Amino acid sequence: MDFASNLFSAGTLSQILVGLSRTTILFIVSSGMSLILGVLRIPNVAHGSLYMIGAFAAWSVIQFLGGGLFAFLAAMLVAPLIVAAVGFVLERGFFSYLYEREHLMLLLLTFAFMLILGDLVKIVWGPEYRSVTVPAFFQGSAEIFGLPLPWYNLFLLVVGPCIAVLLWLVINRTNLGKIARAAAVDGEMVGAVGVNVGWVFAFTFVLGSFLAGLGGALIAPMVNISLGMDHSLIMETFLIVIIGGLGNMWGALLGSLIFGLSQSLGILVWPQFGIAFPYLAVVAVLVVRPRGLLRSTW
Amino acid sequence: MVTTRRSAPLLLLLLLGALLALPQVLPRFHTYVAEIVLLTALLATSLNLAIGYTGLYQFGHAVFYGIGAYGTALTLTRSGMPAPVAFLAGPLAAAVLSLLMGLICIRLSKLYFGMIQISLGSLVWAVVYRWYSFTGGDDGIHGIPLPDAIGSPEGSYYFTLAVTALGVFAMYRIVRSPFGKVLQGIRDNPVRAAAIGVDVKLHQLAVLVIAGFFGGVAGSLFVVVENSVFPDMMFWTFSLEVLIMCLLGGMYTFFGPFVGASAIVLLRVFASVHTQYWSLILGTILTLVIIFLPDGVLGVFVRRPRAREAPDA
Repeated sequence: MDFASNLFSAGTLSQILVGLSRTTILFIVSSGMSLILGVLRIPNVAHGSLYMIGAFAAWSVIQFLGGGLFAFLAAMLVAPLIVAAVGFVLERGFFSYLYEREHLMLLLLTFAFMLILGDLVKIVWGPEYRSVTVPAFFQGSAEIFGLPLPWYNLFLLVVGPCIAVLLWLVINRTNLGKIARAAAVDGEMVGAVGVNVGWVFAFTFVLGSFLAGLGGALIAPMVNISLGMDHSLIMETFLIVIIGGLGNMWGALLGSLIFGLSQSLGILVWPQFGIAFPYLAVVAVLVVRPRGLLRSTW
Repeated sequence: MVTTRRSAPLLLLLLLGALLALPQVLPRFHTYVAEIVLLTALLATSLNLAIGYTGLYQFGHAVFYGIGAYGTALTLTRSGMPAPVAFLAGPLAAAVLSLLMGLICIRLSKLYFGMIQISLGSLVWAVVYRWYSFTGGDDGIHGIPLPDAIGSPEGSYYFTLAVTALGVFAMYRIVRSPFGKVLQGIRDNPVRAAAIGVDVKLHQLAVLVIAGFFGGVAGSLFVVVENSVFPDMMFWTFSLEVLIMCLLGGMYTFFGPFVGASAIVLLRVFASVHTQYWSLILGTILTLVIIFLPDGVLGVFVRRPRAREAPDA
């Protein structure tokens, strides 16, 4: 009865809440990947590198501004913008000339960028670990049902839904978003009615990169910022968008929830193999619904 | 390219002769590098059966390499079975895993297929990486006992050479057989292949099992060469690296992956002496190849098959 007593203990709720704040990061990053997948049809392997650059850039901005709440909040905006600029260069400089090629080539090109960006980060920031301390404003914990939950995790729990709503507004209420959605379903038709598809693609790629950078900046205070943080994340993001349904924004949210929660609950149920639970959830979903839970735009 | 066709067997014989003489004339380290080149070339060629000849986006191929190696290593260290059994167990385990993963992926097409495969592959990696009591976890398994005949440097080289040559020859025969022609028909146009009565899914599954098996053979050779196994050999980045080898050499030629694998392994050995930025170099090479040489080095000499954008099966 070890499993049951683990699962129904007082710590379960706080574990779920901590898991949910990590889920927020997963959602922000994978929604960016989902956008790029839906509109450009590129499984962007370099997405994890953009996330890593976001974390390192946030560290640099905070160092530059000397710490404190203002520096922290500025970093949360500036770092994603830097990453968005990198995304812009990649899209306009390389991808825009190669959209006619097979998707295999585009995927391998993003892999090439992952390799290059990884080493560039090593050159710019060096191989050491970096860490960002949470500003004083976010230090300490809130009491939730008698259990402590760090303020920063709570902050993430607020940020996640805000991003989801903002994204929904951009995609459903702005013209650019509507065009991007149309391009996801039928790019040729969008081009035929006179829209410059190239710039729609650029916009999508930049927005997706921004989200990757934002995820990296937001997770900076919670982890060691290190080379290689892109590797594990990119595979988790892939899995999330696959089980959610490629290109489906709500799928990215659902996938993140399934992934994040099975991770935090799995550790409670079976500490040694807790890490395998999200993967088991993925296989279960794929066996039943190989195209993912929600409707894919593919 | 008639001249190439005529001179090819002669070239191959010369190459084989040079490879046979290699440990007699070159120092031990070069022989070791040659072993790595050979088994990597076998691995890349096996991947190319699926991707170059059948059009299946096999993105998780390193997993079969890893399972082949672990199957052999675990049998040798834990079971007390004789070595030949171990060298069969690895590739067979890889073939079975390939079948299981294939059954899940085969329902989908192209990139979807590839992404699910790469994800299932990382799942297998995660289990191997964590299962300390069985697989040794992230430490891997070291000091694997080998039979005397292949335990010596020369023995292991000739064993690697023989197995690679046999494996590549077997795959060459498969590609040239009627079965191989059907695979290429499926690659060029799955719908047309189905229309003339080919069981597309069955052929795809068959080629996945064959590719997985030979990938596992390459993994078993890794045990012979290194006496050890570790989980990173099946990490997804290595799968894509093997894919780069196929692309660099030429995916639509039989010996392209062989050339690509040799080039990348040798470059890596050379580069690691001079720089720690191997990823930067590999990424740059890959970018240049994609932009300027999408058919690979050998692809320059061969006409590319048409109908690449055929409807998905």
